[in-house]
Amino acid sequence: MTDVLLSVEALAATYNHSIRAVSDVSFSVRRGEIVALLGANGAGKSTTLQAVSTLLAAQRGQVTSGRIIFDGRDIRSATAAELVRAGVVPVLEGRHCFASLTVEENLIAGAIGRDARRSEIAADLERVYALFPQLKERRSSTAGLTSGGEQQMTAIGRALMSRPRLLVLDEPSMGLAPLVVEGIFRALKQLNTEQGLSLLVAEQNSTVALRFSDSAVVLENGRSVLAGRSAELRRREDIKTLYLGGSAQKDARPTELKPALV
Amino acid sequence: MFDYQFLLEVLIGGLLSGVMYSLVAIGFVLIYKTSGVLNFAQGAMLLFAALTFVSLVERGTSFVVALAATLAVMIALGIAVERAVLRPLVNQPPITLFMATLGLSYIIEGAAQLLWGTQVHGLDIGVSDIPFDVGGVFISRFDLFAAAVAGSLVALFTLFFRYTRTGLSFRAVADDQFAALAVGLRLPRVWAAVWTAAGIVALVAGLLWGARLGVQFSLSLVVLKALPVLVLGGFDSIAGAIVGGLLIGATEKLAEVYVGPLFGGGIEAWAAYVVALALLLVRPSGLFGQKLVERV
Repeated sequence: MTDVLLSVEALAATYNHSIRAVSDVSFSVRRGEIVALLGANGAGKSTTLQAVSTLLAAQRGQVTSGRIIFDGRDIRSATAAELVRAGVVPVLEGRHCFASLTVEENLIAGAIGRDARRSEIAADLERVYALFPQLKERRSSTAGLTSGGEQQMTAIGRALMSRPRLLVLDEPSMGLAPLVVEGIFRALKQLNTEQGLSLLVAEQNSTVALRFSDSAVVLENGRSVLAGRSAELRRREDIKTLYLGGSAQKDARPTELKPALV
Repeated sequence: MFDYQFLLEVLIGGLLSGVMYSLVAIGFVLIYKTSGVLNFAQGAMLLFAALTFVSLVERGTSFVVALAATLAVMIALGIAVERAVLRPLVNQPPITLFMATLGLSYIIEGAAQLLWGTQVHGLDIGVSDIPFDVGGVFISRFDLFAAAVAGSLVALFTLFFRYTRTGLSFRAVADDQFAALAVGLRLPRVWAAVWTAAGIVALVAGLLWGARLGVQFSLSLVVLKALPVLVLGGFDSIAGAIVGGLLIGATEKLAEVYVGPLFGGGIEAWAAYVVALALLLVRPSGLFGQKLVERV
């Protein structure tokens, strides 16, 4: 058993066999680690995450080359349902709650997604409510009518109901007030430290992401151009210009920092 | 002097016949909600169910056994359709799936013909069509029976969707298919369940319509009656299918009786489409349908 839980190697992916979204992305997530995937709009963060949770096909996308290894197994040909049962559980960009279901039904849907037994569901519900007490109050509200923050908590809670080993979050801060974002990242960090849950988080909000993550990978134009410890990256001045759309400078190449792999 | 009693009688007759339209429309809605496919084969399934049942009864099978056997056949058909047609075409554009169901409807009709022949069968489900008198208004016993059956079916489905795991999965898939996939729900299973449910609806509708019109190949054309119902109620709302069916049924009968004479009669067959078209201009997503809102 190696230290690495997920490794993505030279990933390339297209949509409709024609639009290239990701051309060369490599990084890895170690057990118990929080990895942030940073980059501007269109850098390939979502595509990379969807490739990892094998949701690309549902968006008419396809992995054209590269490998995605989860826990020693190539998962490129697995179905999303198999992957959730193996422990790779996505939290989608834009939350995607089941709007007409109640908050609790949303959570239960997550448990059904891994064929949980009734007794397990009850226990897991309590665990999610302990993490997000706000959800307990709103348990019988229609999810579509709850606030953005509550929907994000519902989406995360729903993923937790599948008892993940690697939680894959796409822009959890999107459209939320800073204080709410802070609360959500705290909860994620708590899961990480208390239960050793590994997380892969794509974020545009680099400040928050770098503060809460152990290491980070920066994507630009579909390539992973920089990787390193989050604490180190936070100290570097050129990062912001780099991943917010500025072009990569020579000194920003991964050679001088720890490379993403090995 | 205006005859209100007659109006009431026409209205009730119309509403009750509308129930039969709703029943066909619900079959469409179930599948449309969960997979975004307008299942053109719903009419063929209805015919297939009625024909299978009536042929079994004619060959001396008892009513209950024939019903159970037909139910089993419809469930098998639902699962087969999911395996052979939907699964290979997953993630294809809706028009591709629609064309597939169009083809499917001819295959099912052809199979029915091959299996059971082409002659018209009478179907007696043991309910007489003698009207009875409620305070001077005549109500058809058969229509009332049909309405009761349809009502219990809807109630049964409602309970199923609210309190079972499969029901919850169904609602989740209908809400957000991508999210359902992401949380690990097995969409093929949900689709198979939905096609099975649509098969059961087809069976019930087939028996009621078959008893009314005789089991013959034109039975598959009742799908065309369901279209204005769907336009009116919205393609993705079960409540809409019920209300739409009632409205269409009532409109048809009222139009025939009160407006028909102005045109020399015979407008029952197309009055519903006029109403549906007019509504389409005002509310393109129907009375109860979800409006497609896209965030930019």
